[in-house]
Amino acid sequence: MATGIRPRRPGQPKREQRSARAAAKGPLGLAVTRLRPRPGKRPAYASGLGAALWLLVVVVPLYYLVVTSLRGSGDYMSQGPLSVPESLTLDNYVNVFEVGFLGFLANSLIVGLGSITLVLLVAVPAAFAIVRSRSRMVRFGFMLFLLGLAVPAQAVIIPIYLIITRMNLYDSLTAIILPTAAFTLPISVVVLTSSLRDVPGELYEAMALDGAATWQVFLRLVLPLSRPGVSTVAIFVGLNAWNNFIFPLVLTQSESTRVLPLGLWSFQTQYGTDVPGLMAAVVLSALPILALYLFGRRQLLSGLAAGFGK
Amino acid sequence: MSSSPTERPGFAWITPALLFFALFGLGPVVVVGYLSFTSWSGLGDPEWVGLANWSALPGDGQVRGGLAITLSLTVLCWVTQTPLALAFGVWAAGPQKSRAVVSAIFFLPLLLSTAAIALVWQALFEPHFGIPAQLEDWFGLTPSNVLGDPTWALYAIVFVLLWQFLPFHMLLYQAAARQVPHSLYEAAELDGASGFQRFLHITVPQLRHTVIASSVLILVGSMTYFETVLLLTAGGPGNATRILPLHMYEQGFVSFEMGYASAIAVLLVILGTGLSLLVVRVTGYSRMSSQREGL
Repeated sequence: MATGIRPRRPGQPKREQRSARAAAKGPLGLAVTRLRPRPGKRPAYASGLGAALWLLVVVVPLYYLVVTSLRGSGDYMSQGPLSVPESLTLDNYVNVFEVGFLGFLANSLIVGLGSITLVLLVAVPAAFAIVRSRSRMVRFGFMLFLLGLAVPAQAVIIPIYLIITRMNLYDSLTAIILPTAAFTLPISVVVLTSSLRDVPGELYEAMALDGAATWQVFLRLVLPLSRPGVSTVAIFVGLNAWNNFIFPLVLTQSESTRVLPLGLWSFQTQYGTDVPGLMAAVVLSALPILALYLFGRRQLLSGLAAGFGK
Repeated sequence: MSSSPTERPGFAWITPALLFFALFGLGPVVVVGYLSFTSWSGLGDPEWVGLANWSALPGDGQVRGGLAITLSLTVLCWVTQTPLALAFGVWAAGPQKSRAVVSAIFFLPLLLSTAAIALVWQALFEPHFGIPAQLEDWFGLTPSNVLGDPTWALYAIVFVLLWQFLPFHMLLYQAAARQVPHSLYEAAELDGASGFQRFLHITVPQLRHTVIASSVLILVGSMTYFETVLLLTAGGPGNATRILPLHMYEQGFVSFEMGYASAIAVLLVILGTGLSLLVVRVTGYSRMSSQREGL
């Protein structure tokens, strides 16, 4: 209780405090008491006001984003940016599709799925080895991944450019997938390792007694049990690939290999005055993630906070 | 307890991951060190030039300026993001239904990519068609170009980064605040502690691991604000927002002085790695220790 309750009222006996705490834990445990609203709690006005203000800061740009994407270009020029539009149009969305949005979307999907596949292929066996192996070499390997958490991708973009050009991969989607997977690998290994650590050792021992080979243990025990970790890692890697800007910026150049974030930027530089079109492109680029948020909110949030959600 | 020889996986299981990571993760760190002693235009082979790039570094005003701006940006981001994320995260951890709804809206910026957020805010800051124009309509304020103003451009970037990253850090605090044992609060309440006292003396100490982890993430993350700056101001006006990673990018991929850019990159690796090693230490990744204390 070192960090416990400091502002104890003078004069109140310590014994009473201790017994009260024991009662609060109760026979039903913490989970039940947490659901009960705190007794005698006054509404928190200050934090409520702060939250309301920030709500405005979040909502106004989002309102602007959606409304502008539905404005006609004449309306955009003549009306205030936050005004309610007189008429709505889907023309901007049609235009975005005409300048190759679907191609950018497909490229982003390929990069995302490619990175996820590559990371999972190497990271799940690695996590299995880290959790179960007694080898010194494996422990050393794990330390290398922990060290790798520290390498900022931005800072090594020049050697990566060198390696990719020497492999003749410049301006291909593979060029984006390889470094994206490599730089999401350390956190993925850490997340998978900590999720496999929760598997009781008896399960492995039972399978070993049945005479199962290591690969059978991997297929029948590790793969099914690592599923929560796998979904967290897949979302973490996928989001990274989806949002990544610097690898595609430096490692690709032609329109056929353009991914969404670069597509948005090129739209802005090419059609600078067509802000409604740009906003339509931004909305479209967020739709897949929005779908994830609506249908798998828990997984999405755990993937976002990968490594820190525990 | 007899374990068969096939039971435990060996080094082979981790080899593919290690080889792959060595080639694209750790290898480049070694190569960038080598390249910093060469002159290379991006074509042909790098040429050894010894310490030429390194001796040019201290005389480069944009390196010194860039370091200072990177530092200001980092500090400003920490000062704005940490207290707000802590307050809103703890607020969002409350059991009330209304808080769940509002915090679901708070998380919405997470759905947009860095590029998308930068482009939306650039449109919003635009003096003739963005928010300044709207303020002129409503209140008659003279529209000002925030991003074109040497004093305000950096603060505008700090604000956009706050808008983008607050939800993420809020998420960390919300998850951690829900782990704080409720019995601590009930005991404090019996002692007559006010809401603010409970926050200060129970919540904050209980969340200190999260505070440290989130803070170091902000420090390390500030190395990667490159994209936001590139899209919002491209370092301008003048050099007002030219952070070090942006200077490196321009030296390497605009001026094609890749050797010199590598020397700047090594500086960044040292900064970033130093800070990140701190993350590993304080968050106890290698120890996997419990964060719960006080019970």
